[in-house]
Amino acid sequence: MSEKIGVYVCHCGTNIAGTVDVEDVAKWAAEQLKHRGVVIARDYKFMCSSLGQELIQKDIQELGLTRVVVAACSPHLHERTFRTACKNAGLNPYLCELVSIREQCSWIHADKVVGTEKSKAILSGGVERVIWHEALEPLRVPIHPATLVVGGGIAGIQAALEIADAGFPVIMVEREPSIGGHMAQFDKTFPTLDCSACILTPKMVDVGNHPNIKLLSWAEVTKVDGYVGNFQVVVKQKARCVVTELCTGCGICVEKCPKKVVDDVFEAGLGKRKAIYTPFPQAVPKYPVLDRENCTYFIKGTCKACEKFCPTGAIDFNQKDEYLQFDVGQIILATGWELFDVRRIPQYGYGRLPNVLTSLEFERLSNAAGPTGGKIVMKDGVTAPKSVGIVHCVGSRDKNYNAYCSSICCMQSLKFAHLVHERTGAEVHNFYIDIRTPSKGYEEFYQRLLEEGTHFVRGKVADITNSVRLPGEEGKLVIQVEDTLIGKQRRIPVDMVILSAGLEPRHDTKEVARLFGLSCSADGWMIERHPKLDPVATMTDGIMIAGCLQGPKDIPASVAQGAAAAARVVGKIQQKEISIEPVRATVNQDKCSGCRICNNLCPFNAILYHEDRMVSEVNPALCQGCGTCVAACPAGAITGTGFSNEQVLAQIEGLLMLNVKRMETIPA
Amino acid sequence: MTDTFEPTIIGFTCNWCSYRAADMAGTARIKYAPNVRLIRLMCSGRLDPTFVLKAFASGADGVLVSGCHPGDCHYVEQNYKAMRRFYLIKRLLAQMGIEPGRIKLLWASAAEGAILANEINKFTEEVRALGPLHWNPTQGIEAPAHAQPLVEVTA
Ligand SMILES: Cc1cc2nc3c(=O)[nH]c(=O)nc-3n(C[C@H](O)[C@H](O)[C@H](O)COP(=O)(O)OP(=O)(O)OC[C@H]3O[C@@H](n4cnc5c(N)ncnc54)[C@H](O)[C@@H]3O)c2cc1C
Ligand code: SF4
Ligand code: SF4
Ligand code: FES
Repeated sequence: MSEKIGVYVCHCGTNIAGTVDVEDVAKWAAEQLKHRGVVIARDYKFMCSSLGQELIQKDIQELGLTRVVVAACSPHLHERTFRTACKNAGLNPYLCELVSIREQCSWIHADKVVGTEKSKAILSGGVERVIWHEALEPLRVPIHPATLVVGGGIAGIQAALEIADAGFPVIMVEREPSIGGHMAQFDKTFPTLDCSACILTPKMVDVGNHPNIKLLSWAEVTKVDGYVGNFQVVVKQKARCVVTELCTGCGICVEKCPKKVVDDVFEAGLGKRKAIYTPFPQAVPKYPVLDRENCTYFIKGTCKACEKFCPTGAIDFNQKDEYLQFDVGQIILATGWELFDVRRIPQYGYGRLPNVLTSLEFERLSNAAGPTGGKIVMKDGVTAPKSVGIVHCVGSRDKNYNAYCSSICCMQSLKFAHLVHERTGAEVHNFYIDIRTPSKGYEEFYQRLLEEGTHFVRGKVADITNSVRLPGEEGKLVIQVEDTLIGKQRRIPVDMVILSAGLEPRHDTKEVARLFGLSCSADGWMIERHPKLDPVATMTDGIMIAGCLQGPKDIPASVAQGAAAAARVVGKIQQKEISIEPVRATVNQDKCSGCRICNNLCPFNAILYHEDRMVSEVNPALCQGCGTCVAACPAGAITGTGFSNEQVLAQIEGLLMLNVKRMETIPA
Repeated sequence: MTDTFEPTIIGFTCNWCSYRAADMAGTARIKYAPNVRLIRLMCSGRLDPTFVLKAFASGADGVLVSGCHPGDCHYVEQNYKAMRRFYLIKRLLAQMGIEPGRIKLLWASAAEGAILANEINKFTEEVRALGPLHWNPTQGIEAPAHAQPLVEVTA
């Protein structure tokens, strides 16, 4: 055996050492795997620490190790760490193998004997495998300087502006007619109560005017090909029926359009818009969109009022959906959230009882630019409520709906309490499970509300009803709740109820994730690369996530993520080239029989067939390294670097060297 | 310890979904059967039938093949190819006298740690019920009793 293998077993504090006798594993490797080339085996408290890494590096230099096996956590966490450590000590990084005895052993077993024996098996699999590793060089590919940003809410806006300001091109794709996202619907933002439009619209305008940003609204991404540095995306530009080159955004068409439609998106169903519309006056871009599903001309064949009155002749009923193609180097997804459907809790009466509102409806109701001009009134449109109940955690922190905390609803409910109190003088009751105000300035805002005289009732609302049981309940909405602080059932009559519904992933998050090759958590939010250390990257290189699609969060956190994702993107663009894992397939042309079985298996069309020589060849720039062709070639002519047959077969042998069967004979 | 037979199972997982499901199960500290040892492949499409034969030949009693859900493969559609291959392998094994119940295909997304753990528990029990395999292809195919008719044909 010519290889000199170093084995390093990590305690990970007690994470591994608690259920695995790490010293025994190391000792066993030193003795029992000696004949396989193991020249040194050590255990250490934290292998990933700089001291742990130095231990390896010292051995590489002093003992002349040619292979390294680290038994520690998942390779998804620290493979790079240990490879880099090896590289810095002069060993090719791909000659290092990290095997997981934490996620796949210590954390999932309770019995130390079982854990120790299984760790030995896993380790010996790694040792057998590493013998077959080859020195590899990462592939260098040029990175396209353009970035695609999907979703024009505050997170996407921030990301786009940061990148564009750094001097690089951005293509922003927004599904709605205007960017702005949910923030554009709000009147005031907690905890400072500054006007949402005042802080948002300048940023929207910057996006619209930025020479480095190409803004496509009323558009969606339909196809994504390629990989980090070189993605090809197809964007469907839905027909606006407005020629943007001619349109000045004067709004005469909107004014003249006779068809009114309930606006379920921007006005949350509380207001109306026209069939040709911009969702709100400060919309960016300023060009309206003709909603073909509701337009009288498209339904009945007559009308064309907009066309008649447009001073620049910008209306074009014949416009077709267009598919535009772009090359981009990286992608940031910022598609945001959707409101929990409060109809799923029928006992809260939404849809049945007229003055029960969702939080988004209340945002529009209290918005100075909303359907009532910011007057907080009941369904009759004139009467101000004398008492208002605000229900926290609707659909959140409840196993029947969403188990998670939506994180913003407490603050948003406090904001509403303040607005109601300030504008109507009404008595306000907030019903909460716990008040959660963990960010900067939030607790202070809560204290302010307490001083303003808002009543806080701790308890989960059971029922909201209009059936009268007690005097004083006539014509009221009665909130039935157990006040857990005084241990009593209470019935509190109010004029208006606001349901602070939770944040949910967009209904199509799964499809979007699939389109971009990402994953969603069990709750449906997109999964970040690491929950603590890498919250904006994803497992797919070159694709970042920012804002609420990763999980519920407030505006400051969404902005921070947008900026963080942008920083990552810019950092990569500035390197001009990126290195990618050299996991690729190659055809040994001497062995290839030209059967062409592999040709159709590759989803990236990476395999080309040379008619003249009758052999196949893999284009390494297109190959993504899935290995399907490697497994299929009947001539065994294709090798997959990093995952070669030899490596996998050796690992199987290693894993089975010690069998669980034998564990029984080992005394506990 | 008990004297029940503890099967050994080799599990092939793809890098993107099912290996991550295993990571997820670990992070969530879900306790499950220690009988499975995982091998990470980039994609379930990488599964070479020889890997399965090698595992059985080297002493495994069961083989688990796991990848992303249909439609979720990181390489577009390679898990469909893995599925086609899986049924082929199953037939091949049957012809060699290895019970089809010793190999299992499982789709698990990165979020499905609990499902993966649960399925591994179930599969472990199924394989335990089948008993040890003791298959040694180098000694011909006569080893398992249920392979006798085949042995007669080839003998
Ligand atoms: C009632 C309420 C009040 C709130 N008030 C406050 C507050 O006062 N202060 C505060 O800090 N936070 C507040 N929040 C939280 C705040 O709304 C979020 O933090 C913020 O909206 C997150 O921004 P985002 O960009 O991630 O998502 P979004 O605002 O949801 O924006 C996402 C954008 O992506 C677009 N999009 C979606 N899917 C696609 C697709 N497939 N293709 C293209 N485009 C797509 C959408 O149209 C949208 O424009 C409140 C939340 C609620 C429910
Ligand atoms: S499958 Fe193998 S032998 Fe057939 S064409 Fe491809 S590389 Fe050549
Ligand atoms: S490994 Fe083979 S099938 Fe997979 S991407 Fe590369 S060339 Fe295509
Ligand atoms: S990457 Fe998981 S099955 Fe292909």
